[in-house]
Amino acid sequence: MTEGVARFWREIPHRYRLLGSKCDSCGRVFFPPRVLCPECRRKGNISRVALSGKGKIYSYTIVKDGANGFERQVPYVIALIKLEEGPLVAGQIVDCSPDEVEVGKPVELVFRRVSEDGEEGIIYYGYKFRLAEEEN
Amino acid sequence: MKAGIVSYGIYIPMYRITAREIAKIWGKDPKEIENGLLIKEKSVPGIDEDTVTISVEAARNCIKRVRVDPSEIGAIFVGSESHPYAVKPTATIVGEAIGATPEMTAADYEFACKAGTAGIQTSLGLVNSGMIKYGLAIGADTAQGAPGDPLEYSASAGGAAFLIGSKDKIAEVLDTYSFTTDTPDFWRREGKAYPRHAGRFTGAPAYFKHIISASRGIMERNSIEPKEIDYVVFHQPNGKFPMRAAKLLGFEKEQYLPGIVVTQIGNTYSASSLIGLSAVLDVCNGGEKVLLTSFGSGAGSDSFLLEVTDKIVEIKDKAPKFSEFIRRKKYLSYGEYLKLSGKIKLS
Ligand SMILES: [Zn+2]
Repeated sequence: MTEGVARFWREIPHRYRLLGSKCDSCGRVFFPPRVLCPECRRKGNISRVALSGKGKIYSYTIVKDGANGFERQVPYVIALIKLEEGPLVAGQIVDCSPDEVEVGKPVELVFRRVSEDGEEGIIYYGYKFRLAEEEN
Repeated sequence: MKAGIVSYGIYIPMYRITAREIAKIWGKDPKEIENGLLIKEKSVPGIDEDTVTISVEAARNCIKRVRVDPSEIGAIFVGSESHPYAVKPTATIVGEAIGATPEMTAADYEFACKAGTAGIQTSLGLVNSGMIKYGLAIGADTAQGAPGDPLEYSASAGGAAFLIGSKDKIAEVLDTYSFTTDTPDFWRREGKAYPRHAGRFTGAPAYFKHIISASRGIMERNSIEPKEIDYVVFHQPNGKFPMRAAKLLGFEKEQYLPGIVVTQIGNTYSASSLIGLSAVLDVCNGGEKVLLTSFGSGAGSDSFLLEVTDKIVEIKDKAPKFSEFIRRKKYLSYGEYLKLSGKIKLS
């Protein structure tokens, strides 16, 4: 197994399910998951928690020159999302044109193909986001 | 039987291409195509969507509707003819993505467009025998028709997931019955991109023979008449076939129209009859009798006689309904469609 596939395999829980961690002592939530709370250190008590994937766009950039394998997708949007539970996470915003994207807009989690090792290699799946319909 | 439907969820990609737009490119009369197939538009998967991602989204919508811990799901079956891997199951990825792994069994099914209902039957058997508490059966496809082939107007993408269990059911499964023969109406050889079909003359010996035999078989076995059934749902390769089959069996418009989804999303293959059933469940309030009959080329049909329970009203609003997937959409030009479907090769 190549190192790329092995690393992906280890990260499946957080890539597929947005599984983060939470310090039960101070309440801080981490994504990607951490094993030690930087505040509480050894007094902290870390447990696993699945994040909702709901959040708001914190900042974003429009990619017009796609890397290898992304040529068909340009222009696309990569954003920093402020999740409901607190952490900031980077991800692609899909199913929209770049001019629909604005800071502060609500997003929701989707499960998509992220990349692949060519036509014969493994397919990497994981989280992305799309604009959520505004609550009425 | 004690096993029944506990929850359901669907997913349809948001991109659409109209039959009119495709007809224009091939110099066909758009009206003739629309009236011939009764398909106005079809769904197209996004560039990063496939049978795995569609299955995961449908499964998540199914789980969203109920308070079931995914780790209690003992089996996942994904029926499709467009699994992304030839070897490596779709069902394991779905299991991981919804948090059902590792104490479960999983398998991918193939039987053209009826592999999803085959998964429902297997789950019913496993729940009835007490081997598992819940089974999750999914039908999902990203169907492709070669450019210029009549299938290009209909082959589309979507998925439906059904949670099978014996407690808190939204529908009792009164009976299930199958009708299967070796019929070479439609096939795709290993490694080939597009399917082949025996042409327009396959309707009678393939689709109609199997749908009608299975539907008649289950009704006769249960001494039930068409007029005692509230809704009927069939596999939908186009709009004409299911409507003609319904009329031949003696069903009226009010019974078959609510389950016709192909006119707005195309033929979603393994998901087709299951998305139709979901659209019907969306409008049920409890007490309705529903007849579902799938069809898979090759060929076979699975029939199910269902009785919806009062529980349906508690769960149907907890995940997006068929009507919501129809409302949220983006139209593609033929050029954009080719680019998304990967039909343009990059040098
Ligand atoms: Zn802490």
